[in-house]
Amino acid sequence: MNAIVNRLGDSTTGSGEDVPLIVSSRFTEPAGHTLEGYRNSGSYRGYEGLRSALERSPSEVGEIVKEATLLGRGGAGFPAGVKWGFCPPDVWPRYIVVNGDESEPGTYKDRVLMERDPHQLIEGCLLAAYAIGAAQVFLYVRGEMAHAQERIAAALNEAYEANLVGRNILGSDFSVDIVLTWGAGAYIVGEETALIESLEGNRGMPRLKPPFFPAAKGLYMQPTVVNNVETLSNLPWLFEHGVNAFRETGTESSPGTRLIALSGHVNNPGVFEVAQGTTTFRDLFESPRYGAGIRNGHELKMFIPGGASAPWFFSEHLDIPLEAREVGPAGSMLGSGAVVVMDETTDAVRACLRLVRFFARESCGKCTPCREGTTWEEQILTRILEGHGRPSDIDLLTDIGDNISPGPYPVAADPGSGLEAVPFPPRQTTICPLGPSSVAPITSALRRFRSEFTDKIKRRDPIPVSSEPVPVNHAGEFDSGAAHV
Amino acid sequence: MARLNADNVALAERIIARYPKPRSALIPLCHLAQEQDGWLSEEAMAHIAELIDCTPAQVLGTASFYEMFKLHPVGRYCVNVCTNISCQLLGGEELLEHAEETLGVRSGGTTEDGMFTLEDVECVAACTEAPAVQVNYRYFHRLDTEAFDELISALRAGELEDSVPPHGTLAKVRQELDGDRVANITAPQDQSKPVWIERAEAAARSGGDDS
Repeated sequence: MNAIVNRLGDSTTGSGEDVPLIVSSRFTEPAGHTLEGYRNSGSYRGYEGLRSALERSPSEVGEIVKEATLLGRGGAGFPAGVKWGFCPPDVWPRYIVVNGDESEPGTYKDRVLMERDPHQLIEGCLLAAYAIGAAQVFLYVRGEMAHAQERIAAALNEAYEANLVGRNILGSDFSVDIVLTWGAGAYIVGEETALIESLEGNRGMPRLKPPFFPAAKGLYMQPTVVNNVETLSNLPWLFEHGVNAFRETGTESSPGTRLIALSGHVNNPGVFEVAQGTTTFRDLFESPRYGAGIRNGHELKMFIPGGASAPWFFSEHLDIPLEAREVGPAGSMLGSGAVVVMDETTDAVRACLRLVRFFARESCGKCTPCREGTTWEEQILTRILEGHGRPSDIDLLTDIGDNISPGPYPVAADPGSGLEAVPFPPRQTTICPLGPSSVAPITSALRRFRSEFTDKIKRRDPIPVSSEPVPVNHAGEFDSGAAHV
Repeated sequence: MARLNADNVALAERIIARYPKPRSALIPLCHLAQEQDGWLSEEAMAHIAELIDCTPAQVLGTASFYEMFKLHPVGRYCVNVCTNISCQLLGGEELLEHAEETLGVRSGGTTEDGMFTLEDVECVAACTEAPAVQVNYRYFHRLDTEAFDELISALRAGELEDSVPPHGTLAKVRQELDGDRVANITAPQDQSKPVWIERAEAAARSGGDDS
């Protein structure tokens, strides 16, 4: 029994020799999460980047991040250095909020970063706070990640003890507090303005932008920089090795590496650090050091290139590199580094329903098109899957989708029917992209696997009637004997 | 099902002090109450409202939004089976069905002995280890039906007490952040330009004068 208790995921590894390990070099170090381990193992010496940054001016530090073109790793892919520059001059205080509320289905990288290398994230927070002039950092970890919360709390206690966080860090005039705080189960809180609402003690409902761009009106209506865990975790390596070394990997517009969580029907699922911009999906799926092929003997049917919100890709997209400039025009997005592989045994309608159900459950309820629309989509897909679909349901699904996200929705080209790709991103009638995301699996599945829907609709299954009533009490309990009649 | 006890009130005050505004401690204090009682009672929410100076309705309004806050008593162990895409592809939904049979409750139900509450949950970020289960937010990876039953027996026999605390307890290590450790946490209106920015700007100005 002990073998499976809290196992961290044996398959989680770094990458190959030719790609530098920027953020994952301590993943396999048993003591990588401690201060000593951070200072003495991995691809750079911990907290040395901070020491060198404190000798520069805050604006120089910001310049270095800008020159490196460190793209945000949370989903939108906006350059971090540019984002920092959006804070209006001379409005104080400024805050930094770290988005560790990772919950996009398929995404599984920030948790590993927080559990296995918390000091790397803390040093990243310090570098960002020094550059933008924040006196407080709020590190918001997803509520369900108890182990990550423990590791970060322990690391922060060590760092405060060693004068790496707190008052007059390393004898300088730089002082900052990092406060660990955690959520309580809500996907939408990963949206930056919802996260700020949650930090203020409210329901996690997104704010309208404009006017509430966090850089101008964020936490407590003060300028706030919200950065993803992986984005900040890149900073210590960058400051130790320099901009040129950072830009050696990847492409001009997408330099550096990315953590990719590869899951689903591959032989070797795992979290891998790969070169951004140059690694292709084929490398990712087939290379023995990454996915090692589609699971034994099966064929690829479709894959999700960037988390549940991303439109699906197919076998003809395998040679596209992990580069936003190529994935976007092809009709999808790289999102949060979550690649989910589905082989030919996958029922497209069932997979579609599961993704849509997620958005229906997680809709915060603020905007009507999303609150009502995602629920309708779920109900319609459920009845189609269960054999009670109506011929009009396909048009109805399309129509609901159009109400949440008007106009042509991003989707991959379909060589079979000659239909062209619709580039990313979608338009939206909602405040945040959650509702529009629910349209992605539907549009993708309907364009490519329409017959799977129509076949299910043609076949009308009789509503099953049990010969005996199934007793259900208020606690949701049932007599197990009668459960599956 | 009670107000926070004296120790937890002291802890609550320390938690409130780490935020620039007391209201920001609302979610952390709900977690604290849930750690004390195993669930979040009305009395606890009313007490939290007193501590952070808002109304009980505001506490309920926030708490009821978040899935992890249980407004009714739940089992000692919350067994959360992930059925989202990566887990579904590798048998998460079948595992949930099996779990319903093993525990004799539907998803959302609590066993009669008060030991287990079963839930089907959204992605728990263990996608490469599918199908994944969390018990009180501790991970169990790649479970087949046999391993699931083994896990339930071990929990029932109390063999996992050390690694899986009762429901409500999240991190067992707390951040220590009070007294001398706090550098600079005050209300936003009491904050001004940080000294290191001031210094750098002054240096830039004098540098500019020289040239």
